Amino acid sequence: MGRMNGLVLSLGALGFGILYLPIIVMIIYSFNAGKLVSVWSGASLKWYASLLENDQLLSAFGTSLLIAIWAATIATVFGICIAIAFVRFGNFRSRLALSAIASAPLVMPEIVTGLSMLLLFISMESLFGWPAGRGVDTIIIAHATFGMCFAAVVVQARLRDFDMAIEEAAADLGATQPFIFLSITLPVIAPAVVAAWLLAFTLSFDDLVIASFVSGPGSSTLPILVFSKVRLGVTPEINALATVMILVVAVAVIGASWVLRRRLAARSPD
Amino acid sequence: MMRGLVRYVAHLPAVTGRRLVIALPLIWLAVFFFLPLVETLQVSFTTPRRGIPPYAPLWGFGDGGFFTNFTTGNYALLLQYWSDYFGPALNSIKLAFFSTLVCLAFAYPMAWWIARSTEKWRTILLVMVMLPFWTSSLLRLYALIGLLNPNGFINAAGLWLGLIDAPMQMMQTDFSIYIGMVLTYLPLMILPLYAVMVRLDADLLAAAADLGASGPEIFRTIILPLTIPGIVAGSLLVFIPAVGEFVIPALLGGPDQLMMGKVLWTEFFRNRDWPVASAIAMLLLVILTVPIIYARYQDGRETVTDRSERPAEAK
Repeated sequence: MGRMNGLVLSLGALGFGILYLPIIVMIIYSFNAGKLVSVWSGASLKWYASLLENDQLLSAFGTSLLIAIWAATIATVFGICIAIAFVRFGNFRSRLALSAIASAPLVMPEIVTGLSMLLLFISMESLFGWPAGRGVDTIIIAHATFGMCFAAVVVQARLRDFDMAIEEAAADLGATQPFIFLSITLPVIAPAVVAAWLLAFTLSFDDLVIASFVSGPGSSTLPILVFSKVRLGVTPEINALATVMILVVAVAVIGASWVLRRRLAARSPD
Repeated sequence: MMRGLVRYVAHLPAVTGRRLVIALPLIWLAVFFFLPLVETLQVSFTTPRRGIPPYAPLWGFGDGGFFTNFTTGNYALLLQYWSDYFGPALNSIKLAFFSTLVCLAFAYPMAWWIARSTEKWRTILLVMVMLPFWTSSLLRLYALIGLLNPNGFINAAGLWLGLIDAPMQMMQTDFSIYIGMVLTYLPLMILPLYAVMVRLDADLLAAAADLGASGPEIFRTIILPLTIPGIVAGSLLVFIPAVGEFVIPALLGGPDQLMMGKVLWTEFFRNRDWPVASAIAMLLLVILTVPIIYARYQDGRETVTDRSERPAEAK
């Protein structure tokens, strides 16, 4: 199977083109001096400067960051619990219930999750007086809820490959289960835990639909603000913002995969 | 401090710990995922009213004792305005179905390309597939608007090169929605396809070629049957979220391109008819039940085969 088919190559290249052409064009035009997207009127950094002065965008960015950090942290802790329960606990009584309820959010349409969470928060408020109104805390709860199911999938995959002999050895030497978990299991699955946290963070940071339902006045996240601005038309400031965000992610992803490659190469020196 | 915490946790009885590990996520998900769905089902059977919240409680205890506001009116409304609600429902299924096909058409050759590359290229191409997945899809859709607008990059370039005489209408069409879907969901289709293709035995293909099979024959008799699991998994990953998609039709579609997500959004935020919005949510769930259950069934089958493979490895 040496010869690569021309059709395969051209369709594949077109696919990568659809993924990357919009980003590349947007990055180029974020340095455009003019306001029009299609007319190039000289290079300029003015949209980056006005981005730094846009308090509304900056505060929405801060809100999103706060929400994503909290949501990802809660999601990762609970995700680890779910993964351990599935991989280690065998057939416990509520296994079927947990597996159904932990995999349904993965496939639930965001718009249904968002609507139903809002309805719950409202009826909880009228019953217990909590949560009082909607805001950052309700968004964190909502994001943590679907984030933990994704986190669980990531951690589970790593936990399955885990060499149980190490833990058994520790148990034979008299270590208690929680001690084994903290001093052996957790360090070994650390890369997956980090990956799970980053995934939950990204899902939270990018979410528009669920946040739109469960946010309150004064808790506009970045996607909510961007969406309301984009509907009114393309603004060059968002080009600048998107460029910054995409470049940060690109550096992080490429850096991480480079480090991973180096570590793998170091492990097998052939 | 840290060491003290470790010592404290280490001396908790193991059984309590085990129970806690199961109970914590189970209770959280029951309260914040399952209960909300029950509440949505309830609201879909209540009457709307002016006020906060804009629906009457389904049941409760008032001055006259137990009362209910049960009505099937919201569902009757969906039936009565059949074309306004079921039209978008069918449209959602149609757009999601063809989006899945378009994604498959691009993802299949891309995954094949990646799986047949040298190891170095494989890593680079996989990172290129994953990179958009980690960046905001909202911002990437926004970038796409800049490309497809009547005064956007493609039209400007086409006019400048003399390929077209007048700007093409690409936004607010099925075309823009399909491109948006590919932009958003392509990585979800590529990864499961890649996973099955990279395990495909190259010797099998070489043997078939040696025995005189033509390219299309090899594809039809070997490659296609062996990659069916990847096709199914990827298609479900694209189709299910695409049916309920809101952002893509809202940003890229025209006012007449209604999808269920958009109709639900409008009922909720613009018309403030929460009971009808809840009824639409239930309808959406019913539509998605079949593919979701099928996805879970597939998932279960895969783990079963995983397990049966394990003893073979030990040989």
